[in-house]
Amino acid sequence: MTTVNARMSTASAVKERTRMSRAARSRRIAGRGALLVLMIALAVAFLVPLVWLASTSLKTSGQVFIQPIEWIPNPPQWDNYPEVFRRLQFGRFIVNTLYVTVMGTVGSVLSSLMVAFGLAKIRWPGRDLLFALLVGTMMLPGIVTMIPVFIMFKQIGWVGTFYPLWVPSWFGSAFYIFLVRQYMLTLPNELNEAARIDGANNFAILWRVIVPLCGPAIASVAIFSFLAHYNNFMGPLIYLSDNNMYTIPLGLLWFQGRFGNFWHLVMAASMISVAPVIALFFFAQSYFVQGVQFAGLAGR
Amino acid sequence: MLVSSPGWASGQPTPNPNGAVSQEVGAVAYAQTSQRAQYMTRSARRDLRDGLLFCSPYILGIILFWAGPMLYSIFLITQKWNMLVPPEYIGLGNITRLVGDPLVKKSLLVTAYYTFVGVPLQLAVAFGLAVLLNLDIKGQSVFRTVYYLPSITPAVALGVVWLQILNPQYGVVNAILGWFGIAPIKWLFDPVAAMPAFIMMSLFTVGPAMIIFLAGLQSVPPEVLEAATIDGAGNWGRFWKVKVPVISPIVFFNLVMGIIGSFQVFTASFVMTRGGPQNATLFFVLYIYNQAFELLRMGYAAVLSWVLFIIIMVFTTIQFALGRRWVYYGGEL
Repeated sequence: MTTVNARMSTASAVKERTRMSRAARSRRIAGRGALLVLMIALAVAFLVPLVWLASTSLKTSGQVFIQPIEWIPNPPQWDNYPEVFRRLQFGRFIVNTLYVTVMGTVGSVLSSLMVAFGLAKIRWPGRDLLFALLVGTMMLPGIVTMIPVFIMFKQIGWVGTFYPLWVPSWFGSAFYIFLVRQYMLTLPNELNEAARIDGANNFAILWRVIVPLCGPAIASVAIFSFLAHYNNFMGPLIYLSDNNMYTIPLGLLWFQGRFGNFWHLVMAASMISVAPVIALFFFAQSYFVQGVQFAGLAGR
Repeated sequence: MLVSSPGWASGQPTPNPNGAVSQEVGAVAYAQTSQRAQYMTRSARRDLRDGLLFCSPYILGIILFWAGPMLYSIFLITQKWNMLVPPEYIGLGNITRLVGDPLVKKSLLVTAYYTFVGVPLQLAVAFGLAVLLNLDIKGQSVFRTVYYLPSITPAVALGVVWLQILNPQYGVVNAILGWFGIAPIKWLFDPVAAMPAFIMMSLFTVGPAMIIFLAGLQSVPPEVLEAATIDGAGNWGRFWKVKVPVISPIVFFNLVMGIIGSFQVFTASFVMTRGGPQNATLFFVLYIYNQAFELLRMGYAAVLSWVLFIIIMVFTTIQFALGRRWVYYGGEL
């Protein structure tokens, strides 16, 4: 009875909606249009920093200060970009960043796959305790360990090397492990049990059965880890002292300190640092969004 | 052992009149599990070995990068150490300094201002954008990309750009204010306007929170909305009475993460102001950095880190306690 009533009232609601008066409909369209205008205005505002960056990177030093603002410099100074490389060893910074980022990202992916497998697909006493610990460390502010970890790396002579920037990633980080573990839990256990019956050990099961199915999780971890290493500022700031070892963010700051009056060159250097990230974002946006959403929904 | 835990639970001696009986049941259960344990020994032992082996990177990581450093950090509280000569025991010297240090108070106030004014505004903007992105309009993926872009821009580059945009003479912000007849503001050079400028900048990088809100709005079950419509709820009612309560856990998550992150802000102020003008943007982490790596006061910096750690933990705990009142978790009644 009640379901029939509910169905009937749904039907009448739908009918009512279709019979909406013309005035209501035009009000609706007007509201929609206003919202669209608002969204476009917001989009323009959110684009200002990047457009300013791109525009200033193509100006002469004189054009930078001209009022009103010239958004499209005429003619564009493409030579600003090679000039950045001529003034400073920016190519060196790119190589350094690439090294740290690749080593760190590979470490994050491998360690999170291994540990997540140990937490999702092997039953052993203490596993749940370790997982609880992992979830706990996700909430801990990392700042309390900054000083003692620095002292530790100083004692073993790693300050002034790249090691402190990527070696810790090989020990796994809580969020990446969590992300991969949750993904592995969605894979049916029959897969690894069948492989076990065929005589495969856990390493073979992880490598041949589980890893090939973890594509989206691996992509999310790789992207997050890439961005974290690429954008890392505090790490290079406290661990690197030799100018030739600087990474892009640190090199950019150094560049700004030395050539602060040459805003067009500083902006060209910034543009060089921003471009790969934006390219990655356009290329892999869906994995990116998935990862962020996952982080939020997992937080429930 | 997961398998044996029910047996153990029933085997606990209970102070009820049937104590003897439950003891007996417990003994039987124990005998059964020990038999099973013997039967499973080989595979159980292999699972234990492999479990520890696969998790060993993280177990080592916790020891090397969390537990060890935290213990060492406790030791540092009583030390005076510039890392050039051996550490010196000074008892409560660092704590005394902390209590009498006016810049500690200043930097805590600066950080609190940024957090308690900034985070609610960030959440409001992120939520507003998510609501707009959830409308049935064509081209939403383009809008989503554009709103997200500043959030992925490397912080140093973004800081350098903002220095320009906020420039009092030729920056775009003052140019726009000029259209409305507002006199130029000195922004990062003015102790009063500097923090509002930082908060304004933070509103441009709310992308992650926005995406999480959007996912939440999209996860509201359509049948729940339909039921509300049948009960006579309009657009407004459906939004505030159905959607908002359903996504309240996500609001809570964003609030907790926003506050934890906000207390640890560093890069923007380091790149743009180094704490100035007149310490108006001396964020607490910047102060810790200055003490540790400019003045080489490792012991004092460790004490400051503990202060921040405790503050963050206290606020997180308070939020979880208060969250119970207003956060709605599905399935709980």
